[in-house]
Amino acid sequence: MLPKKLQAMNFAASESSVAPTLSRRGFLISAAATATGLAIGYQVLGAKASAGAAGGPLSPFASYVEISEDGVVTVLSSQFEMGQGAYHGLATLVVEELGANWDQVTVRGVSANNDLYGNLAWGGVAQGSGGSTSMATSWDRYRKAGAAAREMLIAAAAQSWGVPAAEISVKEGVVSHASGRSAGFGALVKAAASQPVPTDIALKAPSEWTEIGSESTKRYDRVGKTNGAQDFTIDVKLPGMLTAVMIHPPKFGATVAGFDAAEAKQIAGVHDVIAIPRGVAVVAKDMWTALKARDLVTVSWDESQAETRGIDEIFTEYRALAEQAPTAMARNDGDAAAAIGAAETVLEATYEFPFLAHAALEPLNAIAHRDADGVLNIYGGHQIPDLYHYIVSQVTETPMEQIRMVIMKTGGGFGRRAVGDGDVVAEAAMIARAIGYAAPVKVQWTRENDMRGGRYRPAYVHKMRAGLDKDGKLVGFENHIVGQSIVAGTPFEGLIQNGIDQTSVEGASNQPYAIPNVAVGLTTTDVKVPVLWWRAVGSTHTAYAVETFMDEIIEATGGDPVQYRLDLLKDHPRHAGVLKLAAEKAGYGKKALPEGHYHGVSVHESFASYVAEIAEVSVEGGEVVVHKVTAAVDVGTAINPDTIKAQVEGGVGFGLGSVLQEDLTLTQGAVDQGNYDSYMPLRIDQMPEIDVHIVESDAPPTGIGEPGLPPIGPAVANAVYRATGTRVRILPFAKGMVA
Amino acid sequence: MEHVLKINGQEHRVDVDPDQPLLWAIRDAVGLTGTKYGCGVAQCGACTVHLNGVPVRSCQTFVEDAVGAEITTIEGIGDKVATAVQEAWADLDVPQCGYCQSGQIMSAAALLSETPKPTDADIDSAMSGNLCRCATYQRIRGAIHEAAKRLEA
Ligand code: FES
Ligand code: FES
Repeated sequence: MLPKKLQAMNFAASESSVAPTLSRRGFLISAAATATGLAIGYQVLGAKASAGAAGGPLSPFASYVEISEDGVVTVLSSQFEMGQGAYHGLATLVVEELGANWDQVTVRGVSANNDLYGNLAWGGVAQGSGGSTSMATSWDRYRKAGAAAREMLIAAAAQSWGVPAAEISVKEGVVSHASGRSAGFGALVKAAASQPVPTDIALKAPSEWTEIGSESTKRYDRVGKTNGAQDFTIDVKLPGMLTAVMIHPPKFGATVAGFDAAEAKQIAGVHDVIAIPRGVAVVAKDMWTALKARDLVTVSWDESQAETRGIDEIFTEYRALAEQAPTAMARNDGDAAAAIGAAETVLEATYEFPFLAHAALEPLNAIAHRDADGVLNIYGGHQIPDLYHYIVSQVTETPMEQIRMVIMKTGGGFGRRAVGDGDVVAEAAMIARAIGYAAPVKVQWTRENDMRGGRYRPAYVHKMRAGLDKDGKLVGFENHIVGQSIVAGTPFEGLIQNGIDQTSVEGASNQPYAIPNVAVGLTTTDVKVPVLWWRAVGSTHTAYAVETFMDEIIEATGGDPVQYRLDLLKDHPRHAGVLKLAAEKAGYGKKALPEGHYHGVSVHESFASYVAEIAEVSVEGGEVVVHKVTAAVDVGTAINPDTIKAQVEGGVGFGLGSVLQEDLTLTQGAVDQGNYDSYMPLRIDQMPEIDVHIVESDAPPTGIGEPGLPPIGPAVANAVYRATGTRVRILPFAKGMVA
Repeated sequence: MEHVLKINGQEHRVDVDPDQPLLWAIRDAVGLTGTKYGCGVAQCGACTVHLNGVPVRSCQTFVEDAVGAEITTIEGIGDKVATAVQEAWADLDVPQCGYCQSGQIMSAAALLSETPKPTDADIDSAMSGNLCRCATYQRIRGAIHEAAKRLEA
């Protein structure tokens, strides 16, 4: 998802100490330097002042919490909900301090006020969710909002009851006084909203927490997700709404040369067929009519600017580049080349990582509806809402104030809903405008649109070298990464520093092992396949390369995979902590495993969270079976332990599918896969038992939407090596085990 | 063309092509949106409904073949087994994004109606047609066992 940082950065508890690595101004200038309109628009948005900026502190009721007169507490979330539990996390912080009852709580996404909603883990430069930062950015902000709202409710009650505020308490949605007087939030909210906003708010001490850290809290939105009630963008109904399906160019970079829709337009219920810059849209009264009509449209494409290479040609180029010197260095400790040159034993390995699709279960969609007041309402999974807001304004030539972003929960995301050009959101806006805003229009991508719509985890090649001296000591480590930049050519291009896109090298450039000479280089390639952050971003490949190569090194030294790592992690207690805990819980080296079962070990930090995983694996008839994964995580303060466990389970399952069998390939520039029959996420019969342990910590909270993923691939690969003697260096395993 | 579909015990007149997938008739013509579209080709299970109690992929079932059948969607399942499944799902906090879960629950309820005490292997085979991109599978297994236990009690 979005890069967490411009360089390694520790999240801290207080707002002021979450220091931006670049100032807001720095970010905006560098973003504007991309010379795209988007970056400049972003700058305009960023400059927008909040209502409270001029006067005193802003009321929590004007920013983060709404309480209705019937007592419904609505948490206004700056963070996006795609399944990872961000809404529940933010609600937990508010409920804790406010003293609300979970039954009265709901959450709504909000946007268009960067001062209130800008992500503090990114220095507040923009609103957005990514890099597993939702809890880090919200930790103070939403607890303070809950506490301020509580104080104001108490002040209102004190005033109306004529008792000292200090004698009033709030618990589970009830404000009460020793005299027996009590009231719900709804009855007090009107008076509360006009109370002075407290400036000095005392937050609860950890010992007073009843919600934060509670094992028994269940997600506030769980029931609606078991009875069909939870609405996603695909489910939004608006009077007279039309459905549009897209015909996209078959090759990336191609454009519409012409199309014939005469036959399609004969079908009853077809509203129009139109060309927009991103393809041809078939607009009809409902989905099936649109799909049927789409089959009858013929489009000719201008492929003169299109990517026409196949995956083999791309990898051939990458392999050759990997043998040359990197074009930029991300890390250079000592002199790795010299150390390896003088080494007694030299190890070398080349890894290949395919393109990967997010393939969230809800295919991309968005709705545009200009209402009777002339307001253009845009419904969708707006992971970077202000940017999308700006894009809609640009493509429809509508003033920003006349656009309202309606933020929907999505059926998965994994990074795909945070796109620099707003793809499907832009389509909805363009189509609505092209049909003269005649009716609300929903653009619904088919699974095939989604699979072939680009924005993949980039393909990469890693060339690794290591040297051991005559005593078997690891003296040099080199890692050359070859692949596309995720941020180049996007509004986030300012994140490239000194030729290094951090999202390409994160997890490798900051690998923690104490090695005297380390070189991490990058060669950024030029391929027209659109790429994007994909759950855990750089660490999806760097963790695999580093942690499996470490395993080879350890084997060459005769060391033990856990002990050797611990020896090199003396300055990294949090890495060591999770590794020790995982080893202990897995019974690593102690418990006798069933015949043919082997343990594989991996530890990795991503997004300031630390995760170790030990996989128990057997290989039966060439098939890799993962029986059990024991994970230990350190995310600082564990706000919702059960959500943390769920995210590690999900991250392991997501990551395991990718290393075992996900493979997005191209032939002459066209994507080969179209649906889940050829692009295959993990299914239940491949899901191991997963046992998650959380390190106790009072450090500020970090995230867990992504960090559970990176260690699983290398943990399984290291176990597969023990089972078979094969080092899998070409992913997915379905390819690399036979290669 | 007009067809009568009996969904969740209620008759709905829908004016759609006979070869229209039941999925889109349920979602667009009838307006019940708990049944989801994920793939359209019987690969993900998000569109699972019951036809006379048997789980089917509504994206690959034609409207004309559903006429006359008792169609049950996530909005309409409410028998003892299904309720136990839904409650176990909520109690184990199975859903993440939730998008696949209507289909998962329809498949799980059908499994438990046929096989009241499923093994892990039974679960894996009955549920492997239901994709969960959030990979909530461990909890799905757990919730099915939990529902089975509660139904037995
Ligand atoms: S939508 Fe029917 S199985 Fe996927
Ligand atoms: S809960 Fe997200 S796809 Fe299953």
